[in-house]
Amino acid sequence: MKKNFTCIICPNSCDIEVMFEGNAIGTVNGASCSKGIEYAKNEMVHPMRTITTSVFVQQGIVPLVSVKLDTPIPKEKIFEVMKFIRDIKVTAPVISGQIIIANILGLKSNVVATKTVEKV
Amino acid sequence: MNTMDKDVIIIGGGPAGLAAAVELKKRGIHNIVILEREKYLGGILRQCIHDGFGLKRFKETLTGPEYAQRFIDDIQKFNILYITEATVIEITPDKIVTAVSRNGLLQYRAKAIVLTMGCRERTRGAIGIPGSRPAGIYTAGVAQSFINLHNMMIGKEAVILGSGDIGMIMARRLTLEGVKVKAVFEVMPYPSGLPRNIEQCLNDYNIPLYVSHTVTNIKGRGRLESVTVAQVDEQMNAIAGTEKEYKCDTMILSVGLIPENELSLTCGVNLDKHTKGALVDEHYQTNVPGIFAAGNVLQVHDLVDFVSMEAEHMADSVASYLYQEGFPPSHISIIPDDSVGYVLPQYISGEIDVVCSFRVKKPAKKCAIYVLQDGKVIITKKIKNALPAKMIQIHLPAANLNSTNEIKVKAVEL
Repeated sequence: MKKNFTCIICPNSCDIEVMFEGNAIGTVNGASCSKGIEYAKNEMVHPMRTITTSVFVQQGIVPLVSVKLDTPIPKEKIFEVMKFIRDIKVTAPVISGQIIIANILGLKSNVVATKTVEKV
Repeated sequence: MNTMDKDVIIIGGGPAGLAAAVELKKRGIHNIVILEREKYLGGILRQCIHDGFGLKRFKETLTGPEYAQRFIDDIQKFNILYITEATVIEITPDKIVTAVSRNGLLQYRAKAIVLTMGCRERTRGAIGIPGSRPAGIYTAGVAQSFINLHNMMIGKEAVILGSGDIGMIMARRLTLEGVKVKAVFEVMPYPSGLPRNIEQCLNDYNIPLYVSHTVTNIKGRGRLESVTVAQVDEQMNAIAGTEKEYKCDTMILSVGLIPENELSLTCGVNLDKHTKGALVDEHYQTNVPGIFAAGNVLQVHDLVDFVSMEAEHMADSVASYLYQEGFPPSHISIIPDDSVGYVLPQYISGEIDVVCSFRVKKPAKKCAIYVLQDGKVIITKKIKNALPAKMIQIHLPAANLNSTNEIKVKAVEL
């Protein structure tokens, strides 16, 4: 049996083919780097994604601070995580790299600011 | 009005302008200024809060704001002068730059000018969709700005016309924020964005992509109520009987980007009909001596990494120009075959090795790139998965040239 994946790791977007037999993953073809092989194997077992969004800022020079997850989370948890982030408000100043929410929903991933928002 | 003298005026503080400024400073050019129209530096990266930037330039994945900040940190470290909320309104061929700013009119006399104004989005008017003219129709970048910078949601049920990368990224962004994205329609028989974005922005969220489909009617009074979508034939004409109506209050357009060259035209810069950017030589110099261009104002890029690297190369040339190192004349023109969208640079000297950038017109699993001169192939390169969405670069060593005659770049599907 085989399954095909489009790698999302980089813009090369490699077409990767994974051979498998039951639960055993066999050869992986088409990836131009080792990250791609790892990605395809993960997709077979448990797809993970990193998400980026924004968080409301009070007393900031702009109304939002952009954020990212610092490690990927299970794909099926994306909307739960989004719902949690939506209700969060932070107060300026926020510094890029600052952890906004630690270990979100116990998923071992932090929500981190990707820009600095100064106080008004 | 007091006219200030500068070595280099950089027009636009987006990724290209920032990279150029830092590189100029590193090359010992200190009397420079960046003029930026917006309130903050960073250009379009400020609203691109998704990640995937920087893999080529920094060998790690960054979000847009983080990528921009790397350069802004350097601007601050090197104490490079920049003026925000300053809109350049005129550049003259003798390099007088006039800008409107918070402090009134500013005027500079420059030894060299760097054009880094980026690009604009094509709008509904540019593609001529019939129908009424309700609210709720946004270009992808405008929608992105509303949502990511201004905290304003733009609708509840959306369709997306055009499969450009920003359109797909907005499909995901809207979905994450609770908007129902019904479908993406693409008039061409293949998607115009990168496969990774089809995967992570559409497939991950079960958003269907219909190629060879376009919007043929828009309905709604006040607010958008529905769009009619039809399949198109090979000539891209709507096929009667295939129409389907989609109820929606929002339509996002991701139908292409056009280099922003109104200012370039005011100073006599000649544009390429293919790229809609300046015609340049291997030093990124336009036909007006001392006026250079790089980034999306020159050619629309798919990756910001290439924008930064192009601007850095250009800045090196600007430094050489100011140090009067002298450039050999560039009389050899490089032109695209019908199979290739454009080639950049358009002129070379033939005396130094250059890197040519171009795009194929049609996707091909395997294709060969031929560089021809005097009817002979001087370079061959095989490319896997060639896509119009991916810029291709090819090394063109001066030693391979046989004459000073025109060079042609051709793509052949294998």
